[in-house]
Amino acid sequence: MKRRMIAVLLENEAGALSRIVGLFAQRNYNIETLSVAPTEDEELSRLTITLTGDDAKIEQVTKHLNRLIEVVKVSDLTDGAHLERGIMLIKVRAQGAMRAEIKRSVEIFKGRIIDVTPRMYTIEFMGNADKFAAFIATLEKKHIVEVVRSGLAGISRGEKALGL
Amino acid sequence: MSQDSAELVNIKANPDVMEQVIPPERLSGGDMLLRALQDEGVDYIFGYPGGQALHIYDAIFRQQRIEHILVRHEQAATHMADGYARATGRTGVVVVTSGPGVTNTITGIATAYMDSIPMVVISGQVPNNQIGTDAFQETDMVGVSRPIVKHSFLIKSASEIPLAVKKAFHIAGTGRPGPVVIDIPKDMTDPNILYDYHYPESVNLRTYNPSLKGHPKQIKKAVNLLLQAKKPVLYAGGGVVQGNGSELLVALAKKLNCPVTNTLMGLGSYPATDKQFLGMLGMHGNYEANMAMHNSDLVFAIGARFDDRVTNAVDKFCPHATIVHLDIDPTSISKIIRADVPIVGLVDLVLTSILSRIDDAFTKGVTRPDMAPWWAEIQSWRDAHGLDTDTRLTDKTLTNILPQQVILSLYRATEGKAYVSSDVGQHQMFAAQYYKFDEPRKWINSGGLGTMGFGLPAAMGVKMAYPDAVVACVTGEGSFMMNIQELSTCLQYGIAVKVVCLNNQALGMVKQWQDMQYGARHAASTYANSLPDLVKVAETFGHIGIRVEALSELDTAMDEVFSEKNRNRLVILDVQVDRDEHVYPMAIKGGSMQDMILSRGEST
Ligand SMILES: Cc1ncc(C[n+]2csc(CCOP(=O)(O)OP(=O)(O)O)c2C)c(N)n1
Ligand SMILES: [Mg+2]
Repeated sequence: MKRRMIAVLLENEAGALSRIVGLFAQRNYNIETLSVAPTEDEELSRLTITLTGDDAKIEQVTKHLNRLIEVVKVSDLTDGAHLERGIMLIKVRAQGAMRAEIKRSVEIFKGRIIDVTPRMYTIEFMGNADKFAAFIATLEKKHIVEVVRSGLAGISRGEKALGL
Repeated sequence: MSQDSAELVNIKANPDVMEQVIPPERLSGGDMLLRALQDEGVDYIFGYPGGQALHIYDAIFRQQRIEHILVRHEQAATHMADGYARATGRTGVVVVTSGPGVTNTITGIATAYMDSIPMVVISGQVPNNQIGTDAFQETDMVGVSRPIVKHSFLIKSASEIPLAVKKAFHIAGTGRPGPVVIDIPKDMTDPNILYDYHYPESVNLRTYNPSLKGHPKQIKKAVNLLLQAKKPVLYAGGGVVQGNGSELLVALAKKLNCPVTNTLMGLGSYPATDKQFLGMLGMHGNYEANMAMHNSDLVFAIGARFDDRVTNAVDKFCPHATIVHLDIDPTSISKIIRADVPIVGLVDLVLTSILSRIDDAFTKGVTRPDMAPWWAEIQSWRDAHGLDTDTRLTDKTLTNILPQQVILSLYRATEGKAYVSSDVGQHQMFAAQYYKFDEPRKWINSGGLGTMGFGLPAAMGVKMAYPDAVVACVTGEGSFMMNIQELSTCLQYGIAVKVVCLNNQALGMVKQWQDMQYGARHAASTYANSLPDLVKVAETFGHIGIRVEALSELDTAMDEVFSEKNRNRLVILDVQVDRDEHVYPMAIKGGSMQDMILSRGEST
């Protein structure tokens, strides 16, 4: 079982995304993260899907994605070197001595405090799931007020590109 | 081609008639839909009207080229379109209204989807500005049907209708065929708003290009394996029927002198009366077919998908065989059984190329293993437990009618040439085992979904396509009652199919499983005291009914059904068959393909 990141170029048509989400449910594939947004070509959207599965399962997933009429291209980014980024916004209780301590951890983890009240910080992180988890582990549960994470966006390293 | 370029072509062809260039026709959305269907060559629509489809129905009324067949339940419309498509290879067309109209089509769409049948279902929808408001008879058709369609369209602007129709037929009928839904909000078919009508000549979808010749390297590998195999089996499925590959399959089998087995869906793709045919394989497959698969050293799967009704336990499947798998749909390959040589391509193109490579090899003097030992082994299986070793079937002293005998009688009376649709249950398996189909597209059955109620309307669709052909529906009293209302449609349009009901007064297939696995506890599988008199049913609906209770009357009654006198009449033959008969062979759950129950109390 490996964690995989699959990039999909999709015709930007009504209902196209629901076909992808429906496919995963129907075929019993679990999506871990999903991100989707239009590309520079307004006719296309790009999705990044992460999931875990053995080779046979991932092969089926990519074949099934390709079978959808609106899917233009599918690529398993984990086949080669690639970059992945997501963002996490986290609101934490920061009072008294904790204010300085949290600030130090944010610096260590290369986050940014983007909003401040007398009792709370809102912090932004860019990175992947491991980094987010590591930061959260530095906090006591009672200090965490709210966490929101985006799906991951992925792109292959070097000159390889997914296009038409 | 755009409207402008169409005009340009005309002008070029005849430069001095510029004034005569015909302006585009101005049509409403409803009329554009019908014109597009005409331009697509549609001859029948199977359907049922309702509020949101009324503009469409008015457009149907105001044209003559397409005939509309009014069914009695929308499910039957889909099965009729499906039967029409299976028999002709052309796309079947359905029109229904929104809400209950579309939900009633779901079983039929799923049936077509599972068996890869080309179908276009056009559904009325509430007007665009009411979508999402829980309007009267609103159902999200695109959503409800999503997992069981090849593709779907929700029309957002009436001007899209011609292109959507063109795309729908293109997608439904090419590659691995399947059902396509076009959901049309009522305001899109408004008779008062007119548009320039133009039907595209061709359509190019950048993301869909299914015409495939197969990878030459893989084809070469497959040919080498075929030429080296000592115990090859050609395992051919519905893809050979759909892909019009029967003649090529026969050519390949003859060239290699190797055995052929068919899936339930593939029956007829190889002539069943040919000596190289092993019969159907799988759960109720012939002993020799399953034994040959299990013992083979090369399985060449052609347009088949290793269904669980074929393989039995996947980890015990064909332990000695190399697997070559040809299919148009890459998702079918290595889904269940890992293919050693996968070939994605159209059956006809790939088989043609395989055949020519084999010819080349033979001209170069390549030699192959002798097939005689393999045929001797197969013959020993046939002699031991082949279907015709069942001596009861020819025993004229028995009084009870065995269901198998009904199929044999049907085969005799129709000289093996009928179109035979079937429902689902024991009768279906008996028909598959005992009616020897020599041609593709003659065996019409719901294999993938196993839809009871399919048989009668599917037979009706076949009869619409081929009015002069003999069309029989083999059914069980349970399945028959699931779409029995269509007898009324048959009277209205004079659809003279013949219904052969193997009446065992029970949900026989369910009862068989209960006999074998649940200590004969027949939970909800019997209803003997409440069944209707099918002769009277036939008469009430304006048809002819005949009942047979004794074996001695069977052949005479069967001949009467297919007699010249009854040529234009629908006849129901209600045959009271042995209620305790089971279908054998039957795969032993969890075993390999060679593990079968052969008859009551006898296993391999
Ligand atoms: C719509 C539907 N419901 C339930 C089933 C499950 N099922 C499979 S065979 C069968 C019994 C069929 O009875 P009948 O048509 O009388 O055929 P027989 O097996 O008796 O020949 C049932 C209930 C099914 N295949 N389709
Ligand atoms: Mg029955």
